[in-house]
Amino acid sequence: MDFVINALPQYWEGALLTIRLTVLGAALAFVLAVVVGTMGTLRNPIARAVATVYTEVFRGVAAIVLLFWFGYSFVEITGFRLTTDFAAILALGLNVGAYGAEVVRSSINAVPRAQTEAAIALNMSWWRRTSRVIFPQAWAQMLPTFGNLVIELMKATAIVSILGLTDLTKVADDFRASAVADTFTVYTVALVAYFLFAQVLIVLVRLLERRANRRLGRPTDDSLLGLLRPPSIGTTTGGAR
Amino acid sequence: MVWDVEFTRLLIPALLEGLWVTVQATVLGYALALVLGLVVALVRRIRVVGGIVFVLTEFIRTTPVLVQLVFIFSLSALSDVPALTIGIVVLGVHYATYTAEVYRSGIEGVAKGQWEACRALSLPPHRVWGGVVLPQAIRKVIPALGNYLIALFKDTPLLFAISVPEMLSVAKGLGGDHFRSFEAFTLVGIAFLIVSVPSAVVIRRLERRYAAV
Repeated sequence: MDFVINALPQYWEGALLTIRLTVLGAALAFVLAVVVGTMGTLRNPIARAVATVYTEVFRGVAAIVLLFWFGYSFVEITGFRLTTDFAAILALGLNVGAYGAEVVRSSINAVPRAQTEAAIALNMSWWRRTSRVIFPQAWAQMLPTFGNLVIELMKATAIVSILGLTDLTKVADDFRASAVADTFTVYTVALVAYFLFAQVLIVLVRLLERRANRRLGRPTDDSLLGLLRPPSIGTTTGGAR
Repeated sequence: MVWDVEFTRLLIPALLEGLWVTVQATVLGYALALVLGLVVALVRRIRVVGGIVFVLTEFIRTTPVLVQLVFIFSLSALSDVPALTIGIVVLGVHYATYTAEVYRSGIEGVAKGQWEACRALSLPPHRVWGGVVLPQAIRKVIPALGNYLIALFKDTPLLFAISVPEMLSVAKGLGGDHFRSFEAFTLVGIAFLIVSVPSAVVIRRLERRYAAV
């Protein structure tokens, strides 16, 4: 127990990097998901082809392989060396963004066709009907899956420890290597920290979901316990992985 | 910079050996995930035990599998269990927490009338589950289960961290020997694409066939 209390500042240092990678990776993934996912719903064949190639390639290759590629191989072909944390944000953002794009595309396509027809009948431009009519409805549907994806991204940040960045996992690895405490304790502290971060993410996404549904005039479950219910996974993963 | 053909010739047989390890880990890990996931999904329906199992599975599901791998690997450092076995068990248990959730959603999706009919016929529990509920539940979730097979396959490079000689480790090793990693890591990426893109197509077919979502 003494070890845990004394080691907390170091774990916190590592956790800060984990949080930073999660936030920046998620930001990149979100932008890519919305842009590429929307491209996938367009009628323009070039836009659709670009979207398909992007999602298939970056969803098909594991984040850790992308990280090794950006971290080690990128400099060999371009001459530019990416810092490891930038390579990690790129790898995670591109990978999770590809999953997210599938979610955005299928959510937009799931909005009833009559909504588009009504918006066209009201003489709304493409931008106006997408941003004011279609997207808000699709958004409410995307959020639960986005919640799962951001937790997956948070978990995936642990791979940076292999390349030597001092994140939560690396702090635990180093404690174990220096044998200041037993293996069980050093890793359990790290795992509990990841678990708590995931719970925070679950609550945040729940709050966003409630807000999205309220704005659409849909009933929301306002109980405090409902905030902690884990997002459902399984049949609604938004297309093949 | 051009593609080094000589190096590629050297890489491909070695990577194929790595791929064999990857396939072993995937198939055995997935088999464990399928069986254990079903057990977890059923146990979770029991009152108190189910609650404990639920918290435990949530814990495993929301923490990085990489840390779990290194954790269990270091704990068993003194025993002589092969690293690949540890990798298979840890990946299998991690993915069982996902498949459990998939089975659960399938079981909940079985129509209420089916349960009522079982009760009306006073079927014994093993026939309720084995003959009525599970065949319908599992049929519906086959595509979702297939998704986790691909996901598990894509998590096998993490076994690199516990020194299992799968594809990524092989690529890293040879890349280091030749001071060149571009061909090595690119080929690993392509190998993953060759497997995952066709499997994604198969899953989409399965979705059309089984899931009436």
